[in-house]
Amino acid sequence: MNAPVFAPWTDQSAEPMIRFRNVTKKFGDFTAISNLNLDIYEKEFFALLGPSGCGKTTMMRMLAGFEEPTSGDIIVSGDNIGHLPPNQRPVNMMFQSYALFPHLSVWENIAFGLRRDKLPKDQISARVDEMLKLTRLEKFARRKPHQISGGQRQRVALARSLAKAPKLLLLDEPLGALDKKLREATQFELMDIQEKTGTTFVIVTHDQEEAMTVASRIAVMDEGKLVQVDTPDRLYENPNSRYVADFVGDVNIIEAKASPLDGDRYALHWSEAEDALIGTTSTALSDGQSCYMAIRPEKIAISADRPEDAANAVQGKVEDIGYLGNMSTYHVRLNSGSLIKAQVANQRRISRRAFAWEDPVWLSWTATAGVVLAD
Amino acid sequence: MNRLSPFNIVSLTLGFAFLYIPMLILVIYSFNGGRLVTVWSGFSTKWYGELFQNEAFLDAALVTLKVAVISSTIAAVLGTMAAYVLVRGGRFLGRTLFSGMIYAPLVMPEVITGLSLLLLFIGIGLDRGVLTIVLAHTTFAMCYVSVVVSSRLVTFDRSLEEAALDLGATPFETFRLVTLPIIAPAVISGWLLAFTLSLDDLVIASFTSGPSSTTLPIKIYSAVRLGVSPEINALSTIMIGIVAVGVITASLVSKQQLIRAKRDEQEAARTE
Amino acid sequence: MLRRWFLIAVPYVWLLALFLVPFLIVFKISLSDAAIARPPYLPVFSWGDSIIDFIRELDFENFIFLTEDDLYWKAYLSSLQIALIATILTLLVGYPVAYAMARAPEHWRPTLMMLVILPFWTSFLIRVYSWMGILSTEGFLNQFLLWVGVISSPLQILNTDTAVYIGIVYTYLPFMILPIYATLDRLDGSLIEAAEDLGCSRASAFWLVTLPLSRPGIIAGCFLVFIPTIGEFVIPSLLGGSDTLMIGKVLWEEFFSNRDWPVASAVAVVLLLILIIPIVLFQRNQQKQAEADR
Repeated sequence: MNAPVFAPWTDQSAEPMIRFRNVTKKFGDFTAISNLNLDIYEKEFFALLGPSGCGKTTMMRMLAGFEEPTSGDIIVSGDNIGHLPPNQRPVNMMFQSYALFPHLSVWENIAFGLRRDKLPKDQISARVDEMLKLTRLEKFARRKPHQISGGQRQRVALARSLAKAPKLLLLDEPLGALDKKLREATQFELMDIQEKTGTTFVIVTHDQEEAMTVASRIAVMDEGKLVQVDTPDRLYENPNSRYVADFVGDVNIIEAKASPLDGDRYALHWSEAEDALIGTTSTALSDGQSCYMAIRPEKIAISADRPEDAANAVQGKVEDIGYLGNMSTYHVRLNSGSLIKAQVANQRRISRRAFAWEDPVWLSWTATAGVVLAD
Repeated sequence: MNRLSPFNIVSLTLGFAFLYIPMLILVIYSFNGGRLVTVWSGFSTKWYGELFQNEAFLDAALVTLKVAVISSTIAAVLGTMAAYVLVRGGRFLGRTLFSGMIYAPLVMPEVITGLSLLLLFIGIGLDRGVLTIVLAHTTFAMCYVSVVVSSRLVTFDRSLEEAALDLGATPFETFRLVTLPIIAPAVISGWLLAFTLSLDDLVIASFTSGPSSTTLPIKIYSAVRLGVSPEINALSTIMIGIVAVGVITASLVSKQQLIRAKRDEQEAARTE
Repeated sequence: MLRRWFLIAVPYVWLLALFLVPFLIVFKISLSDAAIARPPYLPVFSWGDSIIDFIRELDFENFIFLTEDDLYWKAYLSSLQIALIATILTLLVGYPVAYAMARAPEHWRPTLMMLVILPFWTSFLIRVYSWMGILSTEGFLNQFLLWVGVISSPLQILNTDTAVYIGIVYTYLPFMILPIYATLDRLDGSLIEAAEDLGCSRASAFWLVTLPLSRPGIIAGCFLVFIPTIGEFVIPSLLGGSDTLMIGKVLWEEFFSNRDWPVASAVAVVLLLILIIPIVLFQRNQQKQAEADR
């Protein structure tokens, strides 16, 4: 890996392309976005992730110009665009419904924005052809939107929004209408196109897998606030809150009271009937502070006998086995009554699976496998 | 599931017989040779000949057509504006009054609409003639147009307009290039509705027309008040014929479009 | 901003000038006195007079007159009665047709729809007129009945209330069929299968599932027939007799034959007051429907 890592957000001197400065948006009494600050850098593939109603769509619509912030500034490349009408912004959007004009052909749809700029005819047609080529739609140029398939419509919408070479492309749940296989293929296609064109992409999605796949950074939102803004791997491995740990990926959350050991190690007392768990965290916790241990199922090992060197080991009975093909999820009921999920890669054929229902098993993980989160 | 029970077959047969037999009799007896309209005395087209000799009828037909074309065209424009205001206008002072004035003429008895307009025209000293009928017809027809167009606008995907703005179109360009072409079918059907209502109207036209501007329904009404007349049968047949051709053509065209849309969809699925 | 203002103002001003103002004039004239003059009522407003003197001359005399002369309240009552009976008759004829249409094979339905809509586009006047030749004493219906031998001498049907009922049912039938068909067409067929699966007979499934679910269509259809029928003029005038009392006809005659504008205006005002109730009920039904669809 010799290529320089793309991470402008770690570079103190880098100038962000988009800055949200203390942005608040209210709809009547309802506060959709509350006092939010966010920087997005050039050439980023930035994802806004959250459940419906968290404010991610409002953020995007403010960038596009369909909503005005109630207070605060939105700065794009040094210009405050908070109150500019949508048709005067260097920003284009790909709509969730694609919003293809049904009365215009694929070619005319892509040319629509270019024609508004009163470009010369040959320039328009060259640009449209370029876009058709980029999205592999040359064959369908003369068709109307209802004469092509869903996946092709999605590509027309992308081509149309990219045709004006915007500084910033907004994608509102762009893959929501596609089936799973096509969606996965298109995710990689999107990343490819983003890299080729060098455009900054901001994508809104509620699908955490999609955000993890495509984005350079993800902002997890909840109730109009940013909960965590980080790279996908850091979000997954180092969630800063119970909310993020729970929202991104599968997780076991164990409620406990902390007591400090040496360094950043803590003993976590979580059940009268079980030994304390050992975990590490850089946040200082006081003695007896309540906290959570978040541990991903695939980081838990499962064995018939108690492993000798494990920092944490608990015993229970297999209650359910979810067979997913490449892996299996074991739901293990502990003696204390709580349920822990453990995931094991199926490296062997199923006939030789080690554990069955009602088998007594040991679950174990290292002190650093989980994350300890303050309340 | 798709086999009709005898009861349903009987209902359909009787229902449509009831709807169509009176008109059928009218059409058949318009080709009757005798003056007695209920006694068949041989095939003849002489009443059509007499109808086309009758200048009063031809004049009235001309006035009616003129009124219908002008009033339905103005009504289409005003009705579309009104629909746009109702669906997209947001809040403005007197919005409730406005929507009330759009819906009220639809349920207002024609005698009241006619009477009130006549009293207005007399009040402001406007001589009754083609102009007053046009004003009257435009007023109630624009309400029908706005209902037809606003029901289309309600289901209109707003992201289409947002997409046009996003791609740099001004609000006016957005309306001209995106909204209008998409709602055009609704505007056209609104126009057709307005046109037919104007052609049909007897009551309001009676109140608002002057001696020099008799419309066809007024002419027909004064002729049939005295009883059935073979000339009117001929005229009715022509009018029924025009409507039938129009409606059948329209439904064939829309069926064709449906078939084509379905074929396109299948083709699209294949090219995936 | 200017454009938005223009967009609102043009249709708004048009409707104010040609709908609201005329109606206010009717209201004002209903409070005036008849006079042998041009225009035939008093007082006539002119800008020079004081408004207070003008208003002092207005009174409710015409409305009192309406209650004193039993022609008017009988006409209102009989209009309501005719409209109500005709609506029920139209429902009885229209429901089976709408039901059969909704049950017909799918590829028939567009054609059946077209057949219902076609009369709607045909001249109302001509459709009413077509019954004159059928219902008259020497008309086709009497000829047919005599030929079958049901009657021995021709019946007087034209120029009676019966003819008015037939005319109303005939002309307003599409207004009844279409909304009922629309609700029945949307009805999920599996609901009836579920009812039968749970032990309903064909008839009780209709009674317990189909009929209640088609109620919004029935209500809409009934109002669409009832409301315009009350003020109907053409049908009673062509098919009814001299004793057929309908308020639309009374208003017409008051205006054109008696030239009593103030009374005609008072008749119109009262008619509107009567209509407000069914119109509000109808609006509420439509609104509920629209909310349920959302």
